[in-house]
Amino acid sequence: MTTCRRPLIIALSGCSLAFGAGVSVYATNAFAQPEERPDAALNMLVHEPPTMEDLENSDLHPELKKVIRYGHDLFTNTQQLRGENVFNDMNCSSCHLGEGRVPFSAPVWAAAITLPDFRGKNQHVNNLEERIAGCFAYSMNGVPPEYGSDEMLALSAYHQWLATGAPMYPDKPIYGRGFPAPDEPAEEPDYARGEAAYQDNCSICHQEDGSGHYENDEYVFPAPWGDGSNNWGAGIARLDTMAGFIYQNMPLGQPRSLSEQDAWDIAYYVSSQERPQDPRYTGDVAETAERFHGRSLYGQTREQDGHVLGDHDNFGDKGDIKPWNVGMPRFENLSEE
Amino acid sequence: MNKKYVHRFGLAVGVSLAAAGALAQEGDAERGQAAAATCSACHQADGSGMNVPNGESWPRLAGLDAEYIVKQLHDFKEGRRENATMVTFANMLDDQQILDVAEYFDQMAVTPGQGGDEADEALLARGQQLAERGDWNAYIVSCQSCHGPGGNGVGSTFPGVASQHAGYISTQLMAWKNGTRSNDPQNLMGAIAKRMSDNDIQAVSAWYATQSGSTQQETAQ
Ligand code: HEC
Ligand code: HEC
Ligand code: HEC
Ligand code: HEC
Repeated sequence: MTTCRRPLIIALSGCSLAFGAGVSVYATNAFAQPEERPDAALNMLVHEPPTMEDLENSDLHPELKKVIRYGHDLFTNTQQLRGENVFNDMNCSSCHLGEGRVPFSAPVWAAAITLPDFRGKNQHVNNLEERIAGCFAYSMNGVPPEYGSDEMLALSAYHQWLATGAPMYPDKPIYGRGFPAPDEPAEEPDYARGEAAYQDNCSICHQEDGSGHYENDEYVFPAPWGDGSNNWGAGIARLDTMAGFIYQNMPLGQPRSLSEQDAWDIAYYVSSQERPQDPRYTGDVAETAERFHGRSLYGQTREQDGHVLGDHDNFGDKGDIKPWNVGMPRFENLSEE
Repeated sequence: MNKKYVHRFGLAVGVSLAAAGALAQEGDAERGQAAAATCSACHQADGSGMNVPNGESWPRLAGLDAEYIVKQLHDFKEGRRENATMVTFANMLDDQQILDVAEYFDQMAVTPGQGGDEADEALLARGQQLAERGDWNAYIVSCQSCHGPGGNGVGSTFPGVASQHAGYISTQLMAWKNGTRSNDPQNLMGAIAKRMSDNDIQAVSAWYATQSGSTQQETAQ
């Protein structure tokens, strides 16, 4: 089990913040007022984004309302861009639960008040559109809509409107941001235990083979791995992010009901399955792993069958189309400091 | 892309056309009709059931998934689902008859839900919101994320709830909320119902009663 040492350590150094205090109240009221919460002492920014009902009741310009509604629609039914911008079976809301509003499910408004900022993933300063484009290229295994296009504008308007009332560039950490990983498990994550726990807790919806489920051609349960899922370059392909997603959000409707051990075991099992190739693939798994995969199992050998994860040319439904934003340089004319 | 649902309970119901030889595992709608004679007193000959205001409503069985019906009848018999009325009738059926009546009701056309007509606009709007988008402030996941688009059911695990009677839907949600129904796999339904207010339950029951359900076999819009 040496394979998971490295990602685990990185995970735990970054993610062991004491969210515990707020967690118990959360399940009954996700956005309780700060003064009523035991975690107020943590001194974090707690923001309750507006709902679509609030939008209807607001004084915003009717044309803006239309665009925000379109952005919400694209966010929750991104499959309408299938074949053009989306090449897997996901919607944005497949991972950002509750229309992108919910704490511990990477609520997307956080990006609207913290960007533009430097992003390690692509080594330059990104704005909101570029951040959204990133989720298209990796999480949706797709090709982003053009910057400034109707779709991009509508999506970013939706994100920004969700941030209504939250301070720009906050001086406190944001409550519920990202998918915080659970505490370190007592035992190292294990494939066989993970498989058993997956079949017990998850397969009823996501299927035993992880292919998800369509009913009469309509999307119901997304695919946690395989061609219908996100590609290897996505944030959720990182072991700690997957453990955090699962612990905080799954099984659907029962956040934080799994033990920390189960969450890590299942994450290890799911992260050990194949998915479409990383669009940054250099043609060589080892090199791609070295350059981009410090926190995923990409490039590692699965001990069950000796398979090297990510060692293939399968880019999923998008075939050899390359997302235009991947590897696009910015600000090359600015002088070094 | 239409993926075949993997049957979770491993019962070969619903694919009973090739009927030759040893088929003790498969339901037969014709035999089911005979065994269901006693059921029609409440569930009606066309499987439509009845909404009974201020009383115990009889659920529509017409068009429900056969495997779901089989599970419920076994749950009644074996005490995992408690209802004084139904346990008597479930106990009258052996395993083969259970498969047969399930197949019989599965093949019937879905009938309209009753009991939602008097709901006002605000209540229906709340019901629609819960059905289609949920209320994440209270961590109520939308009903359709499990019961499927339109609430028409997903596979055999998640029954269709659209076009069911309002009285029956609300009794079931209250039962989960109070802990008197707990035969759902993994507490999936109980976790949601416990977060719903009485008004929420009324609202979503009225909404689904007014929606036309379609049988899962139909690929129509
Ligand atoms: C397969 C899961 C998945 C899907 C689908 C997905 N995302 Fe993400 N998204 C993530 C992960 C993982 C992160 C990073 C969370 C973290 O910070 O650890 C993220 C982060 C973000 C952020 C930044 C949030 C922050 O805290 O700054 C935005 C904005 C975003 N996604 C928008 C979108 C949009 C728009 C779509 C649809 C086009 C989408 N995402 C689809 C998984 C997903
Ligand atoms: C009751 C059905 C259900 C169960 C059980 C369930 N999920 Fe999910 N899961 C969903 C739905 C639905 C979504 C998408 C959310 C949405 O569309 O609102 C989802 C999203 C996901 C995603 C992100 C999208 C993707 O496919 O990669 C992952 C990963 C995931 N679930 C893993 C799990 C794991 C692991 C378990 C078991 C611990 C589990 N789920 C249990 C219904 C379920
Ligand atoms: C005296 C009236 C009555 C008769 C006769 C009756 N039922 Fe029921 N049935 C009910 C009631 C009431 C319920 C709802 C029970 C509850 O609230 O849990 C029910 C529920 C059910 C359910 C569960 C439906 C669901 O959606 O979960 C099934 C299946 C069922 N009956 C089948 C039958 C069959 C088959 C027969 C005949 C052998 C039968 N019933 C005879 C009153 C009756
Ligand atoms: C996380 C998944 C999930 C969600 C979300 C969900 N349900 Fe269910 N529901 C189930 C399952 C599973 C069953 C079947 C239980 C069984 O097998 O006995 C069920 C059963 C039911 C039944 C009983 C049907 C019958 O014929 O007896 C009703 C009514 C119902 N759900 C209504 C709702 C409503 C209304 C909502 C939204 C407020 C909702 N459900 C949300 C999983 C879910």
